[in-house]
Amino acid sequence: MAKTLATRMAFGKELLELAKTHDFVVCSADTKTCGLEHFGELFPGREFTFGIAEQNLTAASAGLASCGNKVYLATFAVFASMRACEQVRTFICHTKQNVTIIGTHTGLQVGGDGATHAAVEDVSIMRAFPNMTIWQPADAVSARKMAKASLDFEGPLYIRLHRNPVPDVYDETYRFIPGKATLVKETGRDLTIISSGILLAKAIAAAEALKAQGAGVRILDMSTIKPLDTDAVEAAARETGVILTLEDATVKGGLGSAVAEYAVSHCPVPMELVGIPDRFGESGDPELIYRDCGMDEEAVARRALELLARK
Amino acid sequence: MTRYYYTEEDVLRLEKTAVQLRKDILRMIAKAGAGHPGGSLSAVDMITALYFHVMNIDPKRPDWPDRDRFILSKGHACPAQYAALARRGYFDPAVLDTLREYHSILQGHPDMLKTPGIDFSTGSLGNGLSVGLGMALSAKLHGQDFMTYVMLGDGEVQEGLVWEAAMAAAHHRADNLIAIVDANGVQINGWVNDIMRIEPLADKWRAFGWQVTECAGNNMREVLHALHTARTMRAPAVIIMRTAKGRGVSFMEDDSLWHGKAPSEEQLFAALAEVEKGGIL
Repeated sequence: MAKTLATRMAFGKELLELAKTHDFVVCSADTKTCGLEHFGELFPGREFTFGIAEQNLTAASAGLASCGNKVYLATFAVFASMRACEQVRTFICHTKQNVTIIGTHTGLQVGGDGATHAAVEDVSIMRAFPNMTIWQPADAVSARKMAKASLDFEGPLYIRLHRNPVPDVYDETYRFIPGKATLVKETGRDLTIISSGILLAKAIAAAEALKAQGAGVRILDMSTIKPLDTDAVEAAARETGVILTLEDATVKGGLGSAVAEYAVSHCPVPMELVGIPDRFGESGDPELIYRDCGMDEEAVARRALELLARK
Repeated sequence: MTRYYYTEEDVLRLEKTAVQLRKDILRMIAKAGAGHPGGSLSAVDMITALYFHVMNIDPKRPDWPDRDRFILSKGHACPAQYAALARRGYFDPAVLDTLREYHSILQGHPDMLKTPGIDFSTGSLGNGLSVGLGMALSAKLHGQDFMTYVMLGDGEVQEGLVWEAAMAAAHHRADNLIAIVDANGVQINGWVNDIMRIEPLADKWRAFGWQVTECAGNNMREVLHALHTARTMRAPAVIIMRTAKGRGVSFMEDDSLWHGKAPSEEQLFAALAEVEKGGIL
């Protein structure tokens, strides 16, 4: 059985380790996001708390960054992307500040806390900002590698993390290369599934089911959503002919849109966008919500077969 | 070094400089055919005092890490800041003629990536004090003794974020942060206290843990005195400066019509003559 740890906790734990040898500051609101709540006790002077005030958190982070500090800003993704939307846009992105925004509690996977706390629109919003880079890990292993990679990153960066534990897909040989899709698996070249985030495990399960039905699948993990690895998209279109995208985010403006925007001009192929339909999150077991939203592995396999029929 | 002490000579010199900047403001807005003369003219005496006397800055090194910072949170008054930067030597005053033009370094609102000497981009009201707090916290973290000044409009304090920043600055004991409220009493659609009452303003700041000093913001001597007083305070300090919108040009004073309107050629000549003759009123 693979280990299970939430991406947010893996990311935060790694940052705490890295803080021993790397110089950065943490800005936080009063939330339990990724285990950084005690950063200031462990590294005195390097944590700035702003209370329940995310706009101030974000604009002050920009001010800190403008003085040459590497800033990590941690809060729930709904607040980072919407309560502080304009501060992210105008004061971090437009001015190209070196602020890494750690947005946690994303997608329908949030479950219990319900619609107010589940960020379904954050990718669409962050993608719209010029100068913004967006990373999303698929499991705890990739989250840790991303934490390390973020230290060397310069500029506005949004890292999309998840509330609940997920099984590890990767082992320690995994390398995160910013801007590059990871070829996770290839059972054939009938279609490509491009996934970003924690639904990658469902893509792998769906590929197994499809293999049994004679359909070979290439699975790409698009851990960098922006800028998109367009070479990988182009190769997928050319070599497999159809693309299915998979994400725990709204399909209106997320990864699927990003892939479609590129493909429609450069390599148009039939596509299916699997993700959160036009609706909010809600309390409940995430797996049940996924099923009702057509985001479980059966639905992915079914949509893949429909897509193959359009070839 | 940051200079808070001043002589009578300094006052006279700075008053003359403010006349020059007022002329620059009026000319550049007239040339651009758009801009915000009212709030630029109310703010310009304080901006003159900061850039030409108080602040520890070096026009040859706009990115010098130990420089004092100034954030014009009421970014629409940027003609005043652009004039100050140009006359202080950050760039050629001839560039002032390009305000708001395509590819100009002088954007309609301050852009730190385009204009040398702009410490942070502004324009969207309510954000500058938070950014300034971040700078003040950074100074403390790294043991630097630079000051951060943030100028806000009085209408601007209607933004809730200003008070998030005020609360946090007091909490973090940011005594290296000075806020300046340009209380000209007028916002785009009329009198501030008709649109959304902000008084008692000094009590509000005090309640948030700030030290407050008030001054007549279009009087150079009082402006310098207030800056000196604010620096001696052992808490984040705010200067509430009572000013007149459009100060120095009689037909612009206290009139919301001149919040964001360029003078015609005829109005420009009349305004320049008045500014030249009157100096600081």
